[in-house]
Amino acid sequence: MSTTRQLLNSGQVARFVTHGFLRLDGVVPPTMNEEALGVFAAGLPAVPYGTPLPEAFPHGSFARRLVTLPAVAGALESLVGPEPTVDHHFVHTRQPHEGSAQALHADAVIDLRFDAFDVQLMYYPHDVTEDMGGTLLVPGSHLRRTNESDTGRYQNLLGQIRLACPAGTVLLLHHGIWHGGRRNDSDAVRYMYKIRLNPTVPQIRLWHTTDLDDAAVREELARRFPWYEEAAGRLEIHNRIRVWRALTGDPTFDVDHWVTRITNRPAQRSRA
Amino acid sequence: MTAVRQQVLVLYLNNSALDSPVVGWACYDGTGRTRPTTGDSDQPPYQTGVAALADGWRLFQAAQLIPPYPGTEHETSFLKHEFFFEKLVSS
Repeated sequence: MSTTRQLLNSGQVARFVTHGFLRLDGVVPPTMNEEALGVFAAGLPAVPYGTPLPEAFPHGSFARRLVTLPAVAGALESLVGPEPTVDHHFVHTRQPHEGSAQALHADAVIDLRFDAFDVQLMYYPHDVTEDMGGTLLVPGSHLRRTNESDTGRYQNLLGQIRLACPAGTVLLLHHGIWHGGRRNDSDAVRYMYKIRLNPTVPQIRLWHTTDLDDAAVREELARRFPWYEEAAGRLEIHNRIRVWRALTGDPTFDVDHWVTRITNRPAQRSRA
Repeated sequence: MTAVRQQVLVLYLNNSALDSPVVGWACYDGTGRTRPTTGDSDQPPYQTGVAALADGWRLFQAAQLIPPYPGTEHETSFLKHEFFFEKLVSS
């Protein structure tokens, strides 16, 4: 993608696995942010599902320049690998004083994968202030098995993020994260451009792994969020360990013995 | 004659006890005076379910405690400890 590779480190990938998203504030230059609104107004060309990224976004196109910005390209390569395909892309708008927010939802349908994930890039070409209906994100919700807007009853969860960000901010989301466009109480239209990317290679150690054994990585993966119920919060860490094992290819990784304890079957070993 | 309308408060608690901390919430207002919606507040209206009772909310439904389906014991899904409250108010 880019000749200047800015791959993520293990701490950043662990943060993505724990939170379900990464936030890159102001990484898109002002000239592109100014250009974006015109590009969106003119309409984006349709992309057939599963088109290789270079075919979907030709050289020189706005989308190609966006995903090849060094910080964006490095993060994408670290998460979905070097040759993802484009699932779809779309410009979302929240109109001024729109009546209500989107229901809290996860995109697509319930997704059972532990050893693969899609990334959704969200790009905000202008400043998003508190009252503009910036995306609502629920950190750590991405491994919950719920289907689309069945979570619509949940209006607010403790520790939720009501996005406010500078122009040129990019979010990279795990496909399963609960999110929604909030009600826009301002006088300005709020834009967000989304690209969903599918991996084409095994998502194993695609990032800079020299810090893989740092204590900070394990601490990140042990994080709890304020909205977690006590009991389900333990299961979240258990499930996160399974994801980390898949991404690192290390079947022995654990946090506080959560998985090792309940997979210890001496009787099965003695029969082998 | 005054019409009576229902206000509904849904609280999600940290465990199945009504006096455990609130981790999520939703409000619906049958009077039309307010328009609660998704992501409109970062602060819960009450710290616990019992605090809502103390403020006059009437509990009318609590989530049942149902064991996980076999084979799905480690999966997480919807919030489990959901409590519905109401107030009847003059509109």
